[in-house]
Amino acid sequence: MEHYNMNLTLKVWKQKNKNQQGHFETFQVKNISSEMSFLEMFDVLNEQLIAEGKEPIAFDHDCREGICGACSMHINGRAHGPWHHTTTCQLHMREYKDGDTIVVEPFRANAFPVIKDLVVDRSGFDRIIQAGGYISVNTGNAVDANALPIEKHDADEAFAAAACIGCGACVAACPNASAMLFTSAKVSHLALLPQGDPERSIRVENMIRQHDKEGFGGCTNIGACEAECPKGISLENIARLNREYIAATFRGGSKNSV
Amino acid sequence: MSWKSYFSTSVGKKLQMSLTGIFLITFLVVHAYINAQIFWNDGGVEFGHLAHFMGTNPVIRTIEIGLFAFLILHVVQGLLLWSKNRGSRKSRYAVKKDSETSKWYSRSMGLLGTLILLFLILHISMFWAPNRGAQTFGDGELDLYAMMRDEFQNVWIVIIYVLGCISLAWHLVHGFYSAFQTLGLATNRYKAMIKTVGVAFSIIVPLIFALMPIAFYLKWIQ
Repeated sequence: MEHYNMNLTLKVWKQKNKNQQGHFETFQVKNISSEMSFLEMFDVLNEQLIAEGKEPIAFDHDCREGICGACSMHINGRAHGPWHHTTTCQLHMREYKDGDTIVVEPFRANAFPVIKDLVVDRSGFDRIIQAGGYISVNTGNAVDANALPIEKHDADEAFAAAACIGCGACVAACPNASAMLFTSAKVSHLALLPQGDPERSIRVENMIRQHDKEGFGGCTNIGACEAECPKGISLENIARLNREYIAATFRGGSKNSV
Repeated sequence: MSWKSYFSTSVGKKLQMSLTGIFLITFLVVHAYINAQIFWNDGGVEFGHLAHFMGTNPVIRTIEIGLFAFLILHVVQGLLLWSKNRGSRKSRYAVKKDSETSKWYSRSMGLLGTLILLFLILHISMFWAPNRGAQTFGDGELDLYAMMRDEFQNVWIVIIYVLGCISLAWHLVHGFYSAFQTLGLATNRYKAMIKTVGVAFSIIVPLIFALMPIAFYLKWIQ
């Protein structure tokens, strides 16, 4: 592939904190290599801002290899940019040409308030997991994993659901700002395994209630989440969550449900 | 949790939309089947028999109450969900390329539903309301076939009906699949099948309805 350098115009969302109004600021970056990742391009911009004595742009990042889910940027109208099955750190600058203008915004949802610039508070996801995304093992040693035979198909499906990294792209992409794909992945990977079976009713009830309480919108089966998910979490998980919920409805739930 | 509390979460509300939606879909089949009898072009004889049965049978009249209840639930819950979901992102994106990740009709169910509702108000006030009014307070059933023949001479009425059917078709393309996805049935094994049947249904049924005013207007049937 041809290597090249480019100059770009960036329109980046700047916001001091949760309570203040944000606005777009325009920045110029020069000599960006087509080999760089999108975040490295931001590193270059921040170095430049620091050298100029200005405040660098705050953005979330951690692993820079597509598995942590921290890099929550909405780039030119798409969560994590235009590439399929990628996070922002996996988006490379060869996507862009010299002279391009790129608009970078934080993920926007009432349930994801902006903390600063491009950094949003996604702790709502943690609280959804705390509401039921676990299994209770109250005593003794952990059972040897191989002691419980699990059908290959179920194991694969559970693994595919567990691939969710909680990045929030589903919420960012959803016209309703719904976190149903995330919640369904967390419900699914336990619902498919025998270890998750005893608490399946309480789990789905409590996680849905927490989802709603956090202020995420409802799912209307639009499918933008699946299209934007860097880990390819399937809408089938939402179908499974719905089945779990219907079953819980008929079962009448448990004394432990909220 | 109580039944009520199960149906009050976001998933519970979506289940209400799904179940009422499926009921309305089955209603469309019955309605289209009965009204399609006009295509015998027999001066409305076959149609008249069935219309009389539907308008006077006590079981059907009871189901009719359920139909209105479900329709109102579908409309009210739909509008409430639309407003709640729209309000879940108060600070909006400056740039959002929705068309790259989803279909316009999936995102426009509130708008399409509202257009159908406006059409339904006109439609019900043209046929159902006067007929039930005459049955209850007047001299009995009206000649619905003659009413259709007369009303559909007006080209504007025909255009509004066709537009209503187009709105219904797009609403169904998403709604049919969505209803089954909400019930948890659109798994990878069945999804393609449900989508195909849904698209076929969304074309065939609204097309049958749209052909009725067109056929009267163009005098294919008298």
